[in-house]
Amino acid sequence: MKKTGEQLYEARSQRIQDAVELREPDRVPFSTIWHFWPARYAGMTCQEAMYDHPRYSDALHRAVVDLEPDSFAFMHPAISLGQTFEKLGFRMLEWPGHGVDEDSTYQFIDREYMTADEYDEFIFDPTGFFLRKYLPRVADSFEGFAGFPNFPAAPYFGLAHASPAFTTPEMSRSFERLAAAGREMLTMLGSAIPMVQELAALGFPTTFGGFSMAPYDYLADYLRGSRGVMLDMFRHEEKLLAAIEKVCAILTRNTFDLPRPIPNNTVFIPLHWGLDGFMSDAQFAKFYWPQLRTLLIKLIDDDMIPLVLWEGDCESRLERIADIPAGKAIYFFERTDPIKAKAVLGDVVCLRGFVPVSLLTVGKPAEVDDYCKRLIGECASGGGLIVDGAIGIPDDARIENVFAMRDAVRNYGQSG
Amino acid sequence: MSEADRRLVDAIIGMREKEAVEIATEELAAGLEPFEILQLCKKAMDVVGKNFEEGEFFIPELVMAGEILAQITTILKPHITKEDRDVGGSRGKVLLGTVHGDVHDIGKNIVGFMLDVNDFEVCDLGVDVSPEKFIEAIGRESPHIVALSGFLTLSFDSMKNTIDAIEGAGLRGNTKIMIGGGQVDEKILEYTGADSYGANAMNAVTLCDRWIAETGI
Repeated sequence: MKKTGEQLYEARSQRIQDAVELREPDRVPFSTIWHFWPARYAGMTCQEAMYDHPRYSDALHRAVVDLEPDSFAFMHPAISLGQTFEKLGFRMLEWPGHGVDEDSTYQFIDREYMTADEYDEFIFDPTGFFLRKYLPRVADSFEGFAGFPNFPAAPYFGLAHASPAFTTPEMSRSFERLAAAGREMLTMLGSAIPMVQELAALGFPTTFGGFSMAPYDYLADYLRGSRGVMLDMFRHEEKLLAAIEKVCAILTRNTFDLPRPIPNNTVFIPLHWGLDGFMSDAQFAKFYWPQLRTLLIKLIDDDMIPLVLWEGDCESRLERIADIPAGKAIYFFERTDPIKAKAVLGDVVCLRGFVPVSLLTVGKPAEVDDYCKRLIGECASGGGLIVDGAIGIPDDARIENVFAMRDAVRNYGQSG
Repeated sequence: MSEADRRLVDAIIGMREKEAVEIATEELAAGLEPFEILQLCKKAMDVVGKNFEEGEFFIPELVMAGEILAQITTILKPHITKEDRDVGGSRGKVLLGTVHGDVHDIGKNIVGFMLDVNDFEVCDLGVDVSPEKFIEAIGRESPHIVALSGFLTLSFDSMKNTIDAIEGAGLRGNTKIMIGGGQVDEKILEYTGADSYGANAMNAVTLCDRWIAETGI
């Protein structure tokens, strides 16, 4: 008898839950994280995906129904932002039509958004620093906030004295632009979330429902720039560490406080600067792992499942990052050797990813099939494997290769 | 090597920025030739490069050492002649750039640094470099080696297009082409038609060494 959508949803969710808890599921799960691939699959450009969210919803819906993954990534909050970015006057990205070609993926602008001599200010009062200095730097729409009153210094009658700050044309323009950006965001989510609910009714759970990051990456990506933070390791070690601790506290609290438009307790944490080569083991042990681990443990304690994307090759980190409670997290690997990952982490975390970007992008279906067969043979025993592309499905992955990956899981991933 | 000379080399290798810049300034004031100070910096950078190759130093040390060198060079600049700058001469010229559509530069910069400390002359075209710009630069610079960098998957096609364009312009000739970047492997090498690829910055140096030895430049 054909299973209902509800039964399929339960079966797929259970398959992933078994993998996470290191039990052998009925079949190795195949789950997707992607960005622009569903758009490409539907013949849309990256620009269209960012601006035409109803069409991107249709594209995502179609990709999920055709591909039948055990879970899929709802990526509108990271894709369908064209109008909102324009209203915000967002400066941290180049996106299709705004610095890159219409069919190129968006690219982050790695820059120093906070100077080294602003550490103390950030550590003392991150909110004040963000309002008056940081936000006006990263988005035009916040420019009026440069004159935002310092309210903790103006209680009681101070409120009256601070209020004229809100009468300036700059401040008014900022509020108008931010409200306009907010309306764009609500419109997008309002049309996208019913599509997620429809897919859930058809039996497809989402891959994650929350998002977080390593505290060091927050500093490197959003405040000091990757170069700045590397220099700070030598020039301002104490301040860098204090800022990382502060960010750790902010992120830990924020991960719980953020509204989650879709019910899913898995938190996606893509990592950028902790891989092999980007820092020594001693630097990793001082600036990266302890604060990231704090975040992971807090999430786990609150019954969330960290889905940590270890970009690049992280072989030298394996022993260190094994230090978390067993059966509670997913480690998503890009170029780390799966056999070594299984040997060190097999009893601790569920492994995910591995299928090379190059293979999915320029390889042939038979090669993808061979790779997945080998991967399942090497890593699936005892549970704890979810098959996906090495950084999810690359934007430029050939359609036939993505289906070959799905088919390989069906052919070789059955239990027993 | 004098005591001060040794202290300068040690300070650079030890990432002690202020101390290194102070010693270089004192050495210059004491009458040491800028050329000799540059030689000491080069000696230190050779050790930094070697430590990187051997897995003792990582990207942060390369960035910091590069920063120290830049500061010392700024101090020496008014006193340097062109001959001083060409310390040790070049073993070969490498044209380097991140291909069209991609603005990532960390990998490219590390390759540039490692080639530089290994005595290659590096001509860095920056990021998002079109095939036309590569062709123009090959005509202008006559490099022995062209190195294409890219991080995004879209760079695979850009690398292929750049190599096809170089070939189409009749400039492939004796110029060797290498590719590198986060996702580049054998598969991408085959796809783009480059001569070889480097999985990391040390591979890039090894490849240049081999190609220069083979062609006997």
